[in-house]
Amino acid sequence: MTKKSDLMPGTLDMMILKTLTRGPQHGYGIALSIKRASDEVLTVEEGSLYPALQRLLLQSWVKAEWRSTETNRRARYYTLTAAGRRQLGVEQSQFETMIAAIGRVMQDA
Amino acid sequence: MDSIDRFFKKAGTLLHRERFNSELEEEMSFHREQKEKELREAGVAPEAAHRAAAREFGNPTRLKEQSYEVMGFRFETVWQDLHFALRQLRRSPGFTLTAVLMLALGIGASVAIFAFVDAALIRPLPYKDPTRLIDVNERAKMFPRSNLSYQDYLDWKKMNKVFTAMEAYTGAGYLMNTPSGVEPVPGARVSAGFFRVLGVTPILGRDFYDGEDLPGAADTVMVTYETWQARFGGRKDIIGQTVKLDGTPNTIVGVLPASFQFAPRGKAEFWATLHTLNSCEKRRSCHNLYGVARLKDGVTVQMALADMTSIAKQLEVQYPGSNRDQSASVMPLSEEIVGEVRPILLVLLGGAALLLVIACVNVSSLLLVRSEARKREIAVRGALGASPARLVRQFITEALLLVIAGGSLGLLCAYGAMQVLMRLISKDMLSNMPYLGGIGLNVHVVAFACVISLLAAALFALAPVMRLPLAQLRDGLTDGGRNSAGTFWRRFGANLVVLELAVAVVLLVGAGLLGKSFYKLLHVELGFQPDHLATVQIVLPETTYGKDPQAVAVYRQILARVSSLPGVKSAALTTTLPVSGNGNTNWIRFVGKPYNGEHNEVNQREVSSDYFKTLQAKLVKGRFFTDDEDASKPQVTIINKALARLYFPGEDPIGKKFGDTELTPKSLREIVGVVDDVKEGSLDSEIWPAEYDPANQNTDTYVSLVVRTSQEEKLVLPALVAAIHGIDPGIGAIDEITLPQRINDSQTAYLHRSSAWLVGGFAALALLLGVVGLYGVIAYSVSQRTREIGVRMALGAPQSSVYRMVLTEAGWLTGVGIVAGLLCSIAVATLMRKLLFGIHSWDVPTLAAVALLLGASALLASYFPARRAASVNPVEALRAE
Repeated sequence: MTKKSDLMPGTLDMMILKTLTRGPQHGYGIALSIKRASDEVLTVEEGSLYPALQRLLLQSWVKAEWRSTETNRRARYYTLTAAGRRQLGVEQSQFETMIAAIGRVMQDA
Repeated sequence: MDSIDRFFKKAGTLLHRERFNSELEEEMSFHREQKEKELREAGVAPEAAHRAAAREFGNPTRLKEQSYEVMGFRFETVWQDLHFALRQLRRSPGFTLTAVLMLALGIGASVAIFAFVDAALIRPLPYKDPTRLIDVNERAKMFPRSNLSYQDYLDWKKMNKVFTAMEAYTGAGYLMNTPSGVEPVPGARVSAGFFRVLGVTPILGRDFYDGEDLPGAADTVMVTYETWQARFGGRKDIIGQTVKLDGTPNTIVGVLPASFQFAPRGKAEFWATLHTLNSCEKRRSCHNLYGVARLKDGVTVQMALADMTSIAKQLEVQYPGSNRDQSASVMPLSEEIVGEVRPILLVLLGGAALLLVIACVNVSSLLLVRSEARKREIAVRGALGASPARLVRQFITEALLLVIAGGSLGLLCAYGAMQVLMRLISKDMLSNMPYLGGIGLNVHVVAFACVISLLAAALFALAPVMRLPLAQLRDGLTDGGRNSAGTFWRRFGANLVVLELAVAVVLLVGAGLLGKSFYKLLHVELGFQPDHLATVQIVLPETTYGKDPQAVAVYRQILARVSSLPGVKSAALTTTLPVSGNGNTNWIRFVGKPYNGEHNEVNQREVSSDYFKTLQAKLVKGRFFTDDEDASKPQVTIINKALARLYFPGEDPIGKKFGDTELTPKSLREIVGVVDDVKEGSLDSEIWPAEYDPANQNTDTYVSLVVRTSQEEKLVLPALVAAIHGIDPGIGAIDEITLPQRINDSQTAYLHRSSAWLVGGFAALALLLGVVGLYGVIAYSVSQRTREIGVRMALGAPQSSVYRMVLTEAGWLTGVGIVAGLLCSIAVATLMRKLLFGIHSWDVPTLAAVALLLGASALLASYFPARRAASVNPVEALRAE
């Protein structure tokens, strides 16, 4: 069995927002790009994307609309909103501060 | 902004739940299909690809639920909680029924009493700006609030600087000519601005003009709405019509609104002005009015009192004869109207609140016991992933359910209780408390019910939550925790039961004291034999019997006719019946005694010759009157023992004379007899000095007939009225009633009786609930200790020691509860001193009786669990582990 690394809490939302900066994408596409971008390290339980997406929708950080895929299937595409872009900035800087801090702690040890 | 946006999003989800689900479903299956496709393209077998895609995706049901929780409102889960709570309550119907009934009882009693408190004390009087209305009267040595003399009223009205207006009113009785004969009707006489000062405007016709109350003005009246409806069929053309009152035509000028009420003259149907002054109103020394005034802006009651007192002082200097020691009494009008019922209502509300406390404590201890039993269930739920918040919410839901059920039932009970209590108040009494008319489940009352219900719900939710340290949920799964839990419960539940018993003691002592006061009141020394006495009020029309000899003649005729009725032993007349009230006084001065202008105030009654014989009041000295002692004979009088004691200490009063303050020759009377102290005032009042003058020498057109009967006094009443009407149908004969009934219906007896019964009822329920509570605690404690008891018995402890163990525990709780309760009840009884009569707040027999009663009941309540404990089979008790 492949071992899945647990995500740090709150990072899934941030990664979804980040993924969407590259343009509208459906749920499967988001999962795929997170997996590829992380060289298959971050394989989240894929279904957990959907509650997360609802969370982002509720906060108006993303918008959703039904469109056709290249293969002519109906899929729900998520688009980053201006508020979402701002939120991504906030979360990213918080995340970087934290990572840097953790990094320092680990080096000192 | 954002939260509104979120709300609408959630609401949208709620409204289109189907769509939300189907879209989510579609989205998720798209995801899985894509995944499956990708895997198949990578060369995985179709079967395995399908399974892998599903595995990687996770549990779709749970994910959908999670998504919905994000986008949906919380109440889905609330619904689940509710469902579960209902199931829980249904599963233990005994507990549910007991809890709901106890709550209904507590809430119902409190709400019903609160409705009365609200109607009497909280809702403002139905006047304009009622808090600025003031009751203004005179104050004399023996009357803290005495009537106002007409002459003084005119001066006060003119001289005061504190009122925007000051008006006067007094009662009146009219003989009204109706097609079916003469009917006595109650009325009132007021100054012209009376309704304006209250802020009441007629719904039809006009108010009195300024000056319409001055001598010489036309005879005009206003009628109440009820009278307009009942006597005049609500006809609009009544304005300008005349009604014959006491033989004089009066023009009806206005109809008062239906909402109009004036408690001090609650029964009055016709409202006339003071424009024809009676003999009393022509004398400054005669007091027959009451004053009502409106404070100027910025003026307080104290300032008004100071102003009126200084005016009274000036008048005292100006008119030393009539105004000596006549000061002023100023208080809010509401005080005059509800002041008397306030302490009783507050005591009743206190009693109901204590009952509610007991009920709540009982229910929370039941809940605690249940939470013990449910520890495992809670632990399992916790282990299966229920969050602490969710578990707490479950308790809150259950508490709310209980309270809603108990509260609604309580409201129903309260409504029923209000109806019953209102019906218990006599019509006569009710007309003096018109503010009770609007009693019902109004906004105040329902709000009160909601507030106490919410408090109760908070208590019920808190009790088990506090009991369950949620961090230790896991311990609940291992049943070994039982012993420590038992200890906790025993300690906490014991405190609760002590509280309950203490409250029960307070209520029992209160009921005992009130009951004993009431008993003492009914058995107070009256100075006469009230049984077998019947009475009726006689009103002579002034037009026919205005002259004294006419009245004397008809009174003789009436007495002769009535005395000859079968079953009547003797008959007499008096201007004021005993046990009606001190008042109708005379200021007297003794011949041959030094006099400094002080007011020797004594009750004055005009009675016929057989009065004392009829009452069976004892003659102490001298003689009674004879019937022929009328205006042609020397003026005589009989005094009571109190007058003799006060003014003739160590002297023989017989043969002494007194008269009015100027010793006017025609006022002089010789004392011919001394009679035992007859209770003239209300049951709880003091005996005042009194003079009894022959009715034949000093007649009045309004008297009371008293007869002593040999048969049951009630049976003679119709014959009395018939006999009077047989002499002249124009004579008013009203209020026929037996004297015992009259005393029983008197306000004092009524108030004492109702408070004694109501608090007694509360106390009985409190005793029941308290004892049930004690039983619950002891029984639970025994059930928790079954193993311990089994071990003890297995080791050879005799049954008696088990009995002793259980009874000692119960005895301690009861003892502490009783002692605490007795201490509290002495404090409480001191607070309600005003309602006690002839008894100390620390009445030892009452306290001892309560302690004994509660002790015995507690012993009984703990005997059953003790017996169960003693009959434990050690083998079974140990095997059960």
